[in-house]
Amino acid sequence: MVVAGVLTGLVYGLMALGLSVIFGVVRVVNFAHGEMMTIAMYGATMLFAAWNVDPFLAALPLAAAFFVLGYVLQKGFINPFITRPEHSQFMLLVAVAIIMVNGMLMAFGPDARNVMTDYQLESFELGKVYVDKARFYAASAAVATALALFGFFRFTLTGKAIRACADNYLGAKVVGLNVKHLYALTFGLGSVCVAVAGCAMVVLVDVTPGLGPYYTLLAFVIVIVGGLGSMTGALLGGVLIGVSEALAGLLIVPSAKSMFSFGLLILVLLLRPQGLLGRRPQ
Amino acid sequence: MSRGAILLAILAAFLVAFPYLGGAYALSVLTLILYLAYAGQAWNILMGFAGQLSLGHSLYVGVGAYVAGGIFFHWGIGPWAGIWAAILLCTLFGLAIGFLAFRFGISGVYFALLTIAFAEFTRIAFDHMAWTNGAGGMFLRVAQRDTIDLLNFRGPPEMYYYAILALAALAFLASYFLQKSKAGYYWQAIRENEEAAQALGINVFRWKMLAMAISSGMTAIAGVFFAFYYNNLFPEQIFNISRSIEIILGPIIGGVGTLFGPILGAAMLTLLSDGITEAFAALGWEIPGIKQVFYGVVLLVVVMFLPNGIWPAIARKLKL
Repeated sequence: MVVAGVLTGLVYGLMALGLSVIFGVVRVVNFAHGEMMTIAMYGATMLFAAWNVDPFLAALPLAAAFFVLGYVLQKGFINPFITRPEHSQFMLLVAVAIIMVNGMLMAFGPDARNVMTDYQLESFELGKVYVDKARFYAASAAVATALALFGFFRFTLTGKAIRACADNYLGAKVVGLNVKHLYALTFGLGSVCVAVAGCAMVVLVDVTPGLGPYYTLLAFVIVIVGGLGSMTGALLGGVLIGVSEALAGLLIVPSAKSMFSFGLLILVLLLRPQGLLGRRPQ
Repeated sequence: MSRGAILLAILAAFLVAFPYLGGAYALSVLTLILYLAYAGQAWNILMGFAGQLSLGHSLYVGVGAYVAGGIFFHWGIGPWAGIWAAILLCTLFGLAIGFLAFRFGISGVYFALLTIAFAEFTRIAFDHMAWTNGAGGMFLRVAQRDTIDLLNFRGPPEMYYYAILALAALAFLASYFLQKSKAGYYWQAIRENEEAAQALGINVFRWKMLAMAISSGMTAIAGVFFAFYYNNLFPEQIFNISRSIEIILGPIIGGVGTLFGPILGAAMLTLLSDGITEAFAALGWEIPGIKQVFYGVVLLVVVMFLPNGIWPAIARKLKL
């Protein structure tokens, strides 16, 4: 149970990583995050239904498409809002979220969809512990994507430039970085995380349009617990929430499991508002 | 001023006379508008005046509704007693959240997310509470439509209409006087620059707590009205974040921090959403979700091109 929680938590963590990267650099909270996740999940079910594409293979074209989507969203809509007050940004993304949720409702209807692969019913046996194959693959994909993202930010010049924007907006502008372009790039990368996380998640759960707001809230909880803007924090938060959900489902009523997560969130906000691994905002 | 006063008087006369002019359907739409205008004004005191972005006002709507509704449901005591319990409890909730948030220096995005967390936490708690009948929902004895029972606040739609009209008008007056009061100026200072306000010797914590108390207590009354007007309560619906958003959209679209913005915004959004429903029904487009997509697009356009809301733009045109 704990192992399953950790593995699911890693997928949650990748989703939250996208949110965290976007907030850390652009300083905008993406209220449409879970909705984007759900779109990726629908994308995977469609590719599966049409050509029997494995969701993990579907992650590649979907990631590319989401990069473009994120880039355009940031460039066209969010960039003009960077200097506006928070409630204005919030409104913008709520409007985007409303369009996305109901667009999916129009396109796919309210019924749940899923993918059926042969490894979904199989499991590994490690000593006494059984590990679902699907869950293991999903977590591996999440970890691989997260590592790739870490590598990008640490070792490439563009990654460095993005970190510079996050540290000092004005300074980055002064040294001649194209901040708006880098912001759009960041939003694109955050969307790639969401796309891969969505493809990984679709082998674990069925998808409905209503999942969007739920995942948005879940991503908030995770990044706050881990630390908004911290990359390792997002993964750690994801694992924590995954495990706590798995355990809470066992110990108390299953439907009360997210109460546990929100309780954890409130505790963290009060005791360490910057999150477990976050830096204190200036 | 005089121009504004005349326009306000015309509006007031129109609203008071409305039940004799419009039909039952129009009355229900206007009741909804006034409900949202009232709740929006309550939220506006916290955000528009004091600058604290709450995304969890459904908490106070829900607790207010359940307290007054539950007292009626279980013991048959009308809302005149329940409303005080609702206000008291919601103000305490608001103060508790405010105390925790403001003491620990939580503001901006973090404060917004904290308010969401408390609302969600309460939603799940109410889902599992026996007194509220949990997720199964609580149903109040449906009103007798032909007789007015003021004691239990049961009666025809007109009674609810005048009740919410009075509430919205009182909230407008309260906002007007609060904005002009000492507290109003302190809030404004805190909203614009908290550190500078602190440096000037304003007890930032105390004034933010006052805004929180007033806003949450006022929103509790909206909840009581909700319970007795709609007669059924589900935690899943009443505490949902979309209910908080519904309250917030009006003031933001109308103009945050303005007196008239929340009212105008509530009217525009409700009419828009109803207009879309009517238009699509007339066109015969019955695809689920299409209305909301259209609604979302309009929101997007307004927020992109009128960042300060509709009211400031209109006020400039009317030279108010």
